[in-house]
Amino acid sequence: MTALLDGLRVIEIAGDDVWGASAAGHAARILADLGADVVKVEPSSGDPVRAVPPFLQGIAGADRGLLWIALNANKRGIRLDLPRERERLRGLLSSADVLVQTRDVVDAATAASWSPSLVVVTVTPYGLGGPLTEVPASDLEVTASSGALSLAGEPDRAPVRTTLAQSPFWSGMYAAMGALFALSARAATRRGQQVDVSGQASMVTVHPPACVHWDVAKEEHTRLGPFLIGRSTVGARFRNIWECADGHASFAIQGGPIGRHTGRMLASWMAERGFVAPLLSAIDWDKFDNRTLTQEQVDALEAEVAAFLRTVTKREFFAGVIERNMLGYPVADASDVYADEQLRAREFWQDTRVDGTTLPFPGGFALFDGERPRIRRGPPRLGEHDGEVLQSAARLERVRTA
Amino acid sequence: MTTTGSSQGENPLQPPWGPRPPRAPQALASVRVVEFGWAAAGPLVGTHLAQHGADVIHVESSTALDPFRSTYPPFKDNVVGPDRAGMFAFYNAGKRGVTLDLKQPRGVDLALRLVRTADVVIESFPAGTLARRGLGHDALRRARPDLVLLSSCNQGQTGPHAQHPGYGSQLTALAGFNELLGEPGRTPVILYGPYIDYVAVGYGVIAVLAALERRRRTGEGCAIDLSQYEAGLQFLSPALLEHAANGTVPTRDANHDRVAVPHGVYPADGDDRWVALSVWSDDEWARFGEAIGDPPWADDAELASAEGRRARETELDARIAEWTRTQSREEIVAALRRSGLRAAPVESIGELFNDPQLAHRGVWRRAPHPGLGDVGLMAPPYELSETPARADRAGPTLGEHNEAVFKGLLGLGADEYAALAADGVFA
Repeated sequence: MTALLDGLRVIEIAGDDVWGASAAGHAARILADLGADVVKVEPSSGDPVRAVPPFLQGIAGADRGLLWIALNANKRGIRLDLPRERERLRGLLSSADVLVQTRDVVDAATAASWSPSLVVVTVTPYGLGGPLTEVPASDLEVTASSGALSLAGEPDRAPVRTTLAQSPFWSGMYAAMGALFALSARAATRRGQQVDVSGQASMVTVHPPACVHWDVAKEEHTRLGPFLIGRSTVGARFRNIWECADGHASFAIQGGPIGRHTGRMLASWMAERGFVAPLLSAIDWDKFDNRTLTQEQVDALEAEVAAFLRTVTKREFFAGVIERNMLGYPVADASDVYADEQLRAREFWQDTRVDGTTLPFPGGFALFDGERPRIRRGPPRLGEHDGEVLQSAARLERVRTA
Repeated sequence: MTTTGSSQGENPLQPPWGPRPPRAPQALASVRVVEFGWAAAGPLVGTHLAQHGADVIHVESSTALDPFRSTYPPFKDNVVGPDRAGMFAFYNAGKRGVTLDLKQPRGVDLALRLVRTADVVIESFPAGTLARRGLGHDALRRARPDLVLLSSCNQGQTGPHAQHPGYGSQLTALAGFNELLGEPGRTPVILYGPYIDYVAVGYGVIAVLAALERRRRTGEGCAIDLSQYEAGLQFLSPALLEHAANGTVPTRDANHDRVAVPHGVYPADGDDRWVALSVWSDDEWARFGEAIGDPPWADDAELASAEGRRARETELDARIAEWTRTQSREEIVAALRRSGLRAAPVESIGELFNDPQLAHRGVWRRAPHPGLGDVGLMAPPYELSETPARADRAGPTLGEHNEAVFKGLLGLGADEYAALAADGVFA
């Protein structure tokens, strides 16, 4: 199988801070996974992500940060001292299709004059232009500005963000998407264009229903801890994270055909285990409609369910929902994910050598004609490909000017 | 092709200059997409493609309704109805919509005729559902050998859990996101909704675009098997590798960070008003002290280093909260930004619609809709300078484009169409 982006040449200029460097890194990593030849350009001090802990086996080192490793597999890397070596960058870009950067290292007009077919992707916290264009931000501020933070946390406590920064992944994903749309347009026009990606706007896409509820009903959703909102026409909330015997499970009382099947299966599972649940067993699941239950009714039903779930382990719960084809999953941690038989059956994990250690990497994000894109190489050491990349760029430049 | 249509004057948030009209044909101007699926994970892929000019035809059933038409609020005036559903109108923006009964062979035949005209098919039913209707991969690729076919489902098309139905909010938990969200020692909280679905949407769009890119070079089609679970795990890869490399199990740590300290969300003056701020270096810490008026506690030499601040982070968080509590969110953010520091208000959902930065980018758009009157739409977060996205058409009403598609595109005669309609094929 020919790789989807075989022959595509991408230059990624490392960002100046952890947020930008992570977002650009993820964008280019996606294109690299799909077969593009990605060359990462770092200053001699290295991409700032190299310094982010934790490190491989707890030993600090420029090639051992796990965030660095995750974001930079499948790439080659060179050092350039910018702006001093700007001509070298120009040489690299003359044969490139896509530039990924986190500020206007090369602005759109310059890029167009250097290479009219170049697609220039710039990922910034708030976007190019507008009142916040020069304002710095990290994951926490970007997430706060997007409304996403207001939706996570317990009502009487501070909003919380995911402990592993998520907005660089979202912004990087949309940067890769924007690059590919621009390449599609280029197929007809032969011209590149600028793709301006905003981290804030990227995070606004994470919660569309909250925006729809505001728009249609002027109802403002906010954080409710473990409870789901927006499933009821009378404003009831439904628990979605429950305590179980050895951790937590994700489950909700839901309607619709699958939700009703789930409720029926739960009631029989509880009966098998000898749980007395008068409210749950009185439900006619063929007619069950979760949208019209009052909060009191929901709370009473949930009390019966909670008593049962507290006796079930995460593993039992997972096996039980699979066996009964009902909705619900354990709240998994990283060890549970590595143990998951579905991922193993689909050969998701790919052993990759990194600094002398073999790591089971999460593999490509989808199967293409049954094949999963490979992790072809670990991340580059600082300046690892200086020689081969710059020599071949110089060769191309000689051909071009001859 | 215009980008805002007649709605521009009705929306005070629209920047007065409006999004620029495209200077060239949109990226997917010559691409047709046929889509079978419901709720979020499949249909939003089609919406991204439609925003860039693809002709996306959403195929649905009028008897087994999309839950976004039948079950999920909000509905116009809280009255349930398939053409009163805000969620469907938003999630299917920019598409044409047809209804077909795929339990009837003639419905399946019409679906295959549609596929023959298509470059891309998107389907997001549980693995095997379409195959049971005679619309499996082989049938679709026989109809169109160079088809790009995206199958997106919960756990992928193969493997022991391929058939397992799932909702995104719970799959988000299975992937490990919730383990990382909340305060240590307390119950994890949710990521509002089906977080992982939207990750899978992004990767689905990328997969389709990359496959179209290859088709332009080689003429080959592609069958894409996207497991929403595996897509979501991409966003957790550092935490997964941490476990694999070091044997540790990453868990939630409230708002703390591994580099920045302090790094938190602090209460501002007012009811449920919060400000996010972070300090990324010792130099920034010195500026932070100045920005908050040089209180004596901030002068402590122990706090000059990140290790020192981390050792006393709880105390530091309490001290900072004492300062933030006395001021408005806006004052705090302005003071810190003046010093080149990172700070932002925690915006509520309603506030987003008045956010000047989002307004500058023209994120919020509006479109007329026969059942809802007027609906808000969202432009994509990536702006293309020469071929911008359009977001000026709401999702179709039920069967809105049946005649245009089956007569206009497939060329059914009036009598044939009427006979099929009478037999319930368009149900």
